[in-house]
Amino acid sequence: MNKHLLSIHDVTAEDILRVLDTAESFREVGTRVIKKVPALRGRTVVNLFYENSTRTRISFELAAKRLSADVINFTTSGTSVAKGESLKDTALTLQAMGADAIVIRHSSSGSPFTLTKWVRGSVLNAGDGTHEHPTQALLDLYTMRDKLGRLEGLRVAIVGDVLHSRVARSLSFALVKMGAEVTLVGPPTLIPPDAPAWGVEVSYDIGGVLPKLDVCYMLRVQRERQRQQYFPSVREYARLFGLTRDRVAALPEGSLIMHPGPMNRGVEIDSDVADLPRAVMEEQVTNGIAIRMSLLYLLLGGRAEGVGTDE
Amino acid sequence: MSERYLFAGARVIDPASGRDEVADVLVVDGTIASLEHGAGNARVIGCTGLILAPGLVDPHTHLREPGREDKETVETGCRAAALGGYTAVSPMANTDPVADNAAVIHEVLDLGAKAGLSDVFPVGAITRGIEGEVIAELGEMVETGVRIFSDDGHAVPNPRVLRNALTYVKAFDDVVIAEHCEDDALAQDGQMHEGYHSYSLGLAGKPRESEEIVVARDLAVARLTGGRLHLLHLSSAGSVQMVRRAKAEGLRVTAEVTPHHLTFTDEDLLTYDTNFKVNPPIRTAEDRDALRAGLSDGTIDVVGTDHAPHAVEEKEVEFDQAPPGTIGLETALAAILTHLVEPGLLSLARAIEVLSSAPARLIGAAEHGGPIEPGRPANLVVFDPDVEWVVEPPFASKSRNSAFTGTTLKGKVLHTMYRGELVVADGKAQR
Repeated sequence: MNKHLLSIHDVTAEDILRVLDTAESFREVGTRVIKKVPALRGRTVVNLFYENSTRTRISFELAAKRLSADVINFTTSGTSVAKGESLKDTALTLQAMGADAIVIRHSSSGSPFTLTKWVRGSVLNAGDGTHEHPTQALLDLYTMRDKLGRLEGLRVAIVGDVLHSRVARSLSFALVKMGAEVTLVGPPTLIPPDAPAWGVEVSYDIGGVLPKLDVCYMLRVQRERQRQQYFPSVREYARLFGLTRDRVAALPEGSLIMHPGPMNRGVEIDSDVADLPRAVMEEQVTNGIAIRMSLLYLLLGGRAEGVGTDE
Repeated sequence: MSERYLFAGARVIDPASGRDEVADVLVVDGTIASLEHGAGNARVIGCTGLILAPGLVDPHTHLREPGREDKETVETGCRAAALGGYTAVSPMANTDPVADNAAVIHEVLDLGAKAGLSDVFPVGAITRGIEGEVIAELGEMVETGVRIFSDDGHAVPNPRVLRNALTYVKAFDDVVIAEHCEDDALAQDGQMHEGYHSYSLGLAGKPRESEEIVVARDLAVARLTGGRLHLLHLSSAGSVQMVRRAKAEGLRVTAEVTPHHLTFTDEDLLTYDTNFKVNPPIRTAEDRDALRAGLSDGTIDVVGTDHAPHAVEEKEVEFDQAPPGTIGLETALAAILTHLVEPGLLSLARAIEVLSSAPARLIGAAEHGGPIEPGRPANLVVFDPDVEWVVEPPFASKSRNSAFTGTTLKGKVLHTMYRGELVVADGKAQR
């Protein structure tokens, strides 16, 4: 493993399997009465969140705490950042305080790369602008493998605003790396024209894609995109690209519906569809903690005291 | 007691006279006195194995003064220029206040004269405040010596305003309207070239067409008016092709390219290094190769540095928050030698032409760009074509946002003579 996790390009297929396998052993920790192992005792993990994100921050916080690390949550409102402190100075401050790992969420693409110039610890990208969200992709892979038993050859559609989605980028790169067949689906305005060069297919017809899928992965569609004229109206978007009750019948038996959350019920996914048993959003959340434990553990090189890993 | 310098045994490359031969160049009191051998009683500067050329001329610089003296001043910019082998620079009009009137032009001229490190030929704004709406008092600026007008940073958005500007300047001799070709609506929020890498990096892109649309429009307006149009810092293969056709058609158009567009590709942005964030963006290898070919075949006339100093704290930020621009005065010649001359894409004589004599003609710098002949002012550069060096701060520029940082370049300026004064000797600024 690299020292940092900035992008899925930082990890090999072997690394990914190692992360998933390690997460497997950490997931068990979450089922215990005392959900804690001492693997990162005495290490300091900083959650540096420039964007609001309750679920990702809490997931990282729980992951670090279950590994017995000391966790600092550094949010930007009401802090030095609100007073105009630069990313560089914030980074140097955290460095001076001895952060072993910095988990960064930022609205600017590439900020985790920039951060590595100023800190000695590991940097974990928890979502940067419209670039990547690698830990989300890894927890999604974990969930797919857990539910379907494999990744290679899985047929996965990623549906929605691929152009602006950091989840879609990381997930596409990771799935292609693991030998899955990925189709990006959405209005042509929201699919990068060069996406086929990522090794994926592109379709503008969700109805034609659904019957062949193992996983239908829905992306959140921001209403702002309508104002920017990427599509004429939210109503028309839901009509052409939403996972509706009518459409969901075309999904094969045993296939999964996934969504990184938070969902826009009634826009990209019908409310009833989101509540189907095959919709595994809650498992995604649960697995997210184990994946982030696994990543913190592997990146920080902690010792697995009392945790059975396959090493 | 007169000041006499003898550049002994240099290979003199002078595109203006077509000269390329080893000679001794004698300078007496700021004027080239002789190219004959054996002029005694002078300070001898050994130039064996070195190249002597007319001092370089940068038609496109940002000196930031007045307004942003924390980034650069006329003096520090001129020192950087001298170290890069330049004896004349044209600072753009986007200062604060904007150089859209004779008073600001006079201020910049005075600052240049006070620094005395190179000649300064200010560019005037086409429109008041570079706002694109009302044509500035071009005539008054022409009276102060301005020969080139530009709203650099933006194209003139309204083709009717551009039409009037191109038509109006016909009243003056050799005055040029220089356009920054970029459609702001199509390029909106763009951080880099739009293509495979921008999509993968999650950075909003500027498509080639955001430049090409304006190039096409401007060429049409040049055809309509018969006006003298200059296109700044071309970045796309399509633009080069359009200019090539326009020249074949006989339109009065010239074009510029920067050393960084001739060197780098959008792959260099993979680490989100803000020094590669420039306007227009660095595009693909295909575009870069078309720019190189265009410079070689005469479609593109001049190399301009677009030297754009920015404060460290402005560049050491998140990519989308950094201002666009790279400094370039201290690396331009070496970059052209390394990336175009060395691989055989450009002759040495053509390199000197696009860095010196052609831009001198463009900006009306009659005492620069050669020819190197007795009686001419001694604006000269001497460089070693074989020395390799790694680009690293500190720079003479107040800023250090160089896209070339960390790269190895071949070819180094040793001496720059400005009006007979050795302002750079042995690679070091003398004051």
